[in-house]
Amino acid sequence: MHHPGTNNKVYQKINENFEWSKDNFDKITVILKKYPSNKIQSAVIPLLDLAQRQNNGWLSKNSMEKVAETLSMSYIRVLEVATFYSMFNLEPIGQNFVQICRTTPCWLRGSDKLSKVAQEVCDTKIGGTSEDKKFTVVEVECLGACCNAPMIQINDKYYEDLDENNFRKLLIDLKSNKSIQSGSQIGRKSSQPEREF
Amino acid sequence: MPKITIDNQEIEFENGMTVMQACEQAGSEIPRFCYHEKLSIAGNCRMCLVEMEKAPKPVASCAMPAADGMVIKTNSEIVKKARKGVMEFLLINHPLDCPICDQGGECDLQDQAMYYGFDKTRYEENKRAVQNKNMGPLVKTIMTRCIHCTRCVRFSTEVAGVDDIGLLGRGENAEITTYLEKTIDSELSGNVIDLCPVGALTSKPYAFKSRPWELNKTETYDVFDGIGSSIRIDTRGKKVLRALPRINEEINEEWISDKSRFAIDGLSRQRLDTVYIKKSGKLQKSNWDDAITKIKLEIIKREQKNTLILSGKFTDIETIYASKKFNEKLGSNYFDCRFDNAQFIENSPDSYKFNSTIQEIENADAILLIGSNPRWEAAVLNARIRKAYIENNCKIALIGPKIDLTYSYEHLSDSLEYINKLNDKSNFGKILKNSKNPLIIIGTSAINNKYGSMILQSCASLAKKIQKNKDVNPLNILNQDVSRVGALELKFYNKEFNNDYHSTIKKYLSKNKPVVFLMGLDEIDLSILKDSFVIYMGHNGDRSASIADIILPTPAYTEKSSTYMNIEGRVFQTTKCHNPLGDAKEEWKVFRALSETMKNKLNFNNLVELRKEIISNFNCLAHLNEINPVKKISFGKNHKINDIKVSYNIENFYMNDSISRSSETMALCTKDILSKVA
Amino acid sequence: MLKQKDKIFQNLYGFDDWKLKGAKERGIWSNTRDLIKLGSDKIVEEIKNSQLRGRGGAGFPAGLKWSFMPKDSGKNHYLVVNADESEPGTCKDREILRNDPHLLLEGCLIAGFAMHAHTCYIYIRGEYYSESSNLQKAIDEAYENNLIGKNACGSEWDFDIFLHRGAGAYICGEETALLESLEGKKGQPRLKPPFPAGAGLYGCPTTVTNVETIAVSPTILRRGSAWFAGLGRPNNTGTKIFSISGHVNNPCNVEEEMGIPLKELIENHAGGVIGGWDNLLAVIPGGASVPLLPKSICDNIKMDFDSLKEAKSGLGTAAVIVMNKSTDIVEAIARLSHFYKHESCGQCTPCREGTGWMYRMMEKMIHGNVQNQDIDKILDVTKQIEGHTICALGDAAAWPIQGLFRHFRPEIEKRIEERNRRVA
Repeated sequence: MHHPGTNNKVYQKINENFEWSKDNFDKITVILKKYPSNKIQSAVIPLLDLAQRQNNGWLSKNSMEKVAETLSMSYIRVLEVATFYSMFNLEPIGQNFVQICRTTPCWLRGSDKLSKVAQEVCDTKIGGTSEDKKFTVVEVECLGACCNAPMIQINDKYYEDLDENNFRKLLIDLKSNKSIQSGSQIGRKSSQPEREF
Repeated sequence: MPKITIDNQEIEFENGMTVMQACEQAGSEIPRFCYHEKLSIAGNCRMCLVEMEKAPKPVASCAMPAADGMVIKTNSEIVKKARKGVMEFLLINHPLDCPICDQGGECDLQDQAMYYGFDKTRYEENKRAVQNKNMGPLVKTIMTRCIHCTRCVRFSTEVAGVDDIGLLGRGENAEITTYLEKTIDSELSGNVIDLCPVGALTSKPYAFKSRPWELNKTETYDVFDGIGSSIRIDTRGKKVLRALPRINEEINEEWISDKSRFAIDGLSRQRLDTVYIKKSGKLQKSNWDDAITKIKLEIIKREQKNTLILSGKFTDIETIYASKKFNEKLGSNYFDCRFDNAQFIENSPDSYKFNSTIQEIENADAILLIGSNPRWEAAVLNARIRKAYIENNCKIALIGPKIDLTYSYEHLSDSLEYINKLNDKSNFGKILKNSKNPLIIIGTSAINNKYGSMILQSCASLAKKIQKNKDVNPLNILNQDVSRVGALELKFYNKEFNNDYHSTIKKYLSKNKPVVFLMGLDEIDLSILKDSFVIYMGHNGDRSASIADIILPTPAYTEKSSTYMNIEGRVFQTTKCHNPLGDAKEEWKVFRALSETMKNKLNFNNLVELRKEIISNFNCLAHLNEINPVKKISFGKNHKINDIKVSYNIENFYMNDSISRSSETMALCTKDILSKVA
Repeated sequence: MLKQKDKIFQNLYGFDDWKLKGAKERGIWSNTRDLIKLGSDKIVEEIKNSQLRGRGGAGFPAGLKWSFMPKDSGKNHYLVVNADESEPGTCKDREILRNDPHLLLEGCLIAGFAMHAHTCYIYIRGEYYSESSNLQKAIDEAYENNLIGKNACGSEWDFDIFLHRGAGAYICGEETALLESLEGKKGQPRLKPPFPAGAGLYGCPTTVTNVETIAVSPTILRRGSAWFAGLGRPNNTGTKIFSISGHVNNPCNVEEEMGIPLKELIENHAGGVIGGWDNLLAVIPGGASVPLLPKSICDNIKMDFDSLKEAKSGLGTAAVIVMNKSTDIVEAIARLSHFYKHESCGQCTPCREGTGWMYRMMEKMIHGNVQNQDIDKILDVTKQIEGHTICALGDAAAWPIQGLFRHFRPEIEKRIEERNRRVA
């Protein structure tokens, strides 16, 4: 099952020149203050995250090298980290990164059906990106919102308590650039029992 | 001493030992893949699991510190089952390609599978395939065979000091690679081949060349730098196929440089295996008798007392001695070994030796490098400096142009003038003063000028000041060639050539136009030889052979037994691995034969007699593999050092002598590594 | 049923304000200074007396763990909060992090003080983006109000809390893998010894503790260890957040008393099994790692560490995954095998090689595409992994399969037989 976060290959953009944005540069200053001054390698995950955000959701060769240089790390050590953690994508992704939880608690409540819906609506296979680059659809392991299963993540946000219908609507809205509401899709505040007994 | 019980046997152990070490001491063998004495402990292969009383599950003996009162079982059912299980897991995704694997016959996985494994597979799934990675011209990869022990990663990071190899990904997708498949940028990279317990990393030049059981294995010593690493040469017939390190804690631990390992193809290329005599301006094949006659005539014709003998990079002590005696009998004391113009102080052997000993580097807490690039001058020794840097928090400083030494150091200056400033006021002067085990390492690039002896004097004076331990002489001269210390010990030099070897010899040659013997010497300006009668004795058709009047083929270091003295003054003797190629004859035999025709016969008739005679004259050579370091610095005087900019005298690590310049592998390294680094 | 007044997590569902104002109304940060003034020894003593056991899965006595921190090591001490909640079925810490972050922060200060730490890192799983954003706001509020930072709460104790986001790796929930990750490396578990209390983060004394464990500690100190120890039963005291997911009518997180019968938990809080209690097939009672229990055991089992251990399962994170009779139980476990294969760090041999092998065999078992002896083979493989790895992920991958065959072996044998008949 393909997932852009679990490959070990590095891609380079054509004519890429990655420099930190002003905003991210300021953020880095704040991040580095969290760690002892001789242990700034600790910031590698936060910085890779910033680089990925600045680079449309994936890490290119130059963006990773920039992180390495910022933290005085060797390239291979940064690449080890980038390939180890599944949230770092090493190849381009679509505008909406649809991650469907496939682990048992979500599967028990129908995550399989969500995968089908996503492939239909987004017009791409699992692991693929739609031709209009609007969607990348992947299956992921447990996202830790099991009491709101089945659920998915799109970019930073969770969408919970899904079924085929509300998920289809969600994706169609997204496709037609309508705003969507994160969280429970059946109006739950969080993971409270729906009714009191 | 604390006690531990291993397989019902109670033994004493030293604090700080691991359970695995204690087991070995008790004679219980523990299988392992990831563990290696010289690397940090990873504990990932799980092959070394043993049963520990009171522990709920078996423990990795490589990582568990031994403790007083522990009870360990290494052969219980639990342990056997654990090993069998690990073995099976290692094999399920390992290809069954042993018949075409270069590791076959010397593979840890193969051997241990025989002892600890199942005899058949239960694995019915598809085996994993992993893409091979490029790691450069030396290391071939077949990554499907990798068992993820990470020895190569740890070696490159810890010992070689280049963060080039890593383990990407995770779980069953984890794979070893260099960053973007670049070449490993280390002079020690070949060691990962030895470290790899399977056939994932193998030798590219040796690929499909031979099987280990077909090879004749000879234990001998390396000659490509001054330290004299212990090596094993594997030959088949008259071909050297491999050079591998042997363990020698005092010199090379378990490592050798890529040049020592891979320049050996130079032993089969551009070889001089027949006598050549120049006739009407052209070198033509000839024979020993004609050559000896011709040489005799030329020596007489050109005044025999002017005959000059110059030694080269690989010249052994037998040759030095025999040629020197030969010349002395001719009435000439013109001979010299200092082709790099490195200066020394007469009657002070500590002015050309690595006095502290190589092993002592590990204990150093401050090292001052003066005009030395140890990474290229003695790559394995540099790994020892790195070890001090890592394990002993050693502070290092350099006088000389900035270079990547694989550890960080304080760059003091490009100029030797800085030596004057190394007083208590300078930062590093203070560090030296306050350190417990300071060392100074002087490269030949610092003393290859006419102020060389003054620089040595000044350094010696500084060394005296900082010496804390009377048993460790902090003054070290790092000679680059295996021949040098022995030649100086035998006083193979002429004072007339002090200070400026090339110009003084040039003057001598143009004045006397003598017969000149070049003993494998290619590091000389050929133009100064034009009026002399040049006899080149050597094994590779390199620079000098082209202008010689006579070429006499001699055996390479794998083809004769030679005595050398390494930089520390340690005497070692190489072993003949196979017969010399073609008509090659040992140099001492040539001089013995020449002396006879000159009616001035040398006293020895064979190698044993020659060595006896050498020892009777130079008792320092009597004991093999021993050193008597000079502990008290015998010279030293402060001079004001001028502004002399250091320029390192090695241009290309990979091709720096007649053998490696003939090596295709070294040419590939030059192209692949040096061109990119530069 | 646990009385409302005995609930520690008063805003578990986020009905009230999660920010400082709301937190203060719930009594958080009310007398923190006094609690700290009890002194380190007294705090540890109280936690010990409460018999609080770690809420992250292993159930190690919390007070004992805190007491492992050296008194005077001469080095920095670190408290590291494990908010890398990733155990399938578990989503309890998430609610604390987003709905009651100040409860956690107050706990951090008190626990950190008790273990002589001036610095705390909260390692939160990267996917919890909104949760980390709430938590960061709470941290900022706490700094602004001098609740943490220099002279935290006027206690004369300086205390910093830093949030560190992970990036997608279940294994970072293992404490030493978490420390590796926090140091900017791959999250590969370390060899033990040394243990974190001796050499943890940056080689310094460190305690890694689950969110819930830390979050309950201020309330224990406020209300007294006797109150906490009076709930549940000895060695299994206090309250606990249970995550109930899967085939129940109302999946939910709920705080309940330790030792509550599973049936009561499901019926009273989660609206019962879909299709009724008799439609129950099996329950995984403590997160993906623990062996499942068939209905027969579920009928009477109590939800605490010791009861579940006796039933050859475990309380783990108290994540109850309910499966009714519509479940393909083999696929349910095969999915977990896939999870462990995906999350194996790849460092040590049995887990790297074994998780993939087990998953592939499990996939075939779904369709009975194996032979009877393969059941013994897969069980043997689980035994070859169990206890032989650096960390507990190997065990966690082995146990669900062992549990499946312990209770549902006939089901797979039936599938094999059916398939053999079909193929023939």
